[in-house]
Amino acid sequence: MHEMAITQSVIQAVCERMGDAPVQRVCLEIGTLSGVVADSVRFCFDLVTAGTTLEGASLEIIQPTGRARCRDCGAEFELNDLLVLCECGSANRELLAGEELKIREVEVLV
Amino acid sequence: MCATCGCSGSTILEDHEHGHEHGHEHGPGHSHPETRTVTLEQAVLARNDGLAEINRKWLAERGILAVNLMSSPGAGKTTLLERTIRELGAELRVSVVEGDQETVLDADRIRATGAPAVQINTGSGCHLDAQMLAGGLQTLDPPDNSVVLIENVGNLVCPALFDLGEQARVVITSVTEGAEKPRKYPQMFRAADLVLLNKTDLLPYVDFDVDSFLEGARRANPGVEVLQLSATTGDGIDGWYGWLRARLP
Repeated sequence: MHEMAITQSVIQAVCERMGDAPVQRVCLEIGTLSGVVADSVRFCFDLVTAGTTLEGASLEIIQPTGRARCRDCGAEFELNDLLVLCECGSANRELLAGEELKIREVEVLV
Repeated sequence: MCATCGCSGSTILEDHEHGHEHGHEHGPGHSHPETRTVTLEQAVLARNDGLAEINRKWLAERGILAVNLMSSPGAGKTTLLERTIRELGAELRVSVVEGDQETVLDADRIRATGAPAVQINTGSGCHLDAQMLAGGLQTLDPPDNSVVLIENVGNLVCPALFDLGEQARVVITSVTEGAEKPRKYPQMFRAADLVLLNKTDLLPYVDFDVDSFLEGARRANPGVEVLQLSATTGDGIDGWYGWLRARLP
């Protein structure tokens, strides 16, 4: 399960950026096409934050939905998985959204 | 949000000197902690990606081609490596980084072909990451202008997310696994620069629809090159060798 490694990367990045400040809240963006399961990250979060400055912090996860633009006909469309074709039948699409995997913001005690 | 009274508002909350404009009264016994919201907008895997870039630069400076081989367990990665080294090892000076959760069995198989190999055991980890590859490369110390083949942990999910600093990613599927693999694991196929369909010598004995497989791969990764071969018999192997030679720095 790579979500454990993903969650550890979140903790590591937040600790590097925020130093010793106790963290109250972490807000992540995990796109629906990112290959990362948000519920699994939630499951791992409490385990991985134990004993760190993030212990007890709340976790918010924003999940942008997938959007793509067809390179053949130019249409923009939503997609819930990577196998969806454009209505014109083309698989040649550029993903515009849905692959996000980032730390948007953190809230720390002053 | 205040855990005690449930009020919410600006991210910087004074110790309840705010006059209760938010329309309710607090009891005297608690105060809001003062907090600060910091926008990071940082990639979760930024650290791994940074280490991967260092690997990529290290490899490029030495003229080394590094290829990341990914598949489910048993697709034939090690067999493909053994044959490739026996038939091409002297020409390309191949060395191997082996990733497995446990054992040094695969590295032993590679060393038996005469190629240098280093085994990375990930323990409970399900993929190689850039830091592991950096350690592997330091141990392996591959010569300039050579080829490093990286056999990732057998897994069609997790390795797709972790950039190692390789120049190319190859996904291997065998006909005994079923033709639906690209549809079930599109992230992995989307990450591929090349797809190898292995064990084609077994096609007469298994129910595997090659066209369906190719269509699934096309949907996940339009335009991806797919080569069909048997690492056991050598049928179709020249296409793989040609692909490798074409990528030499």
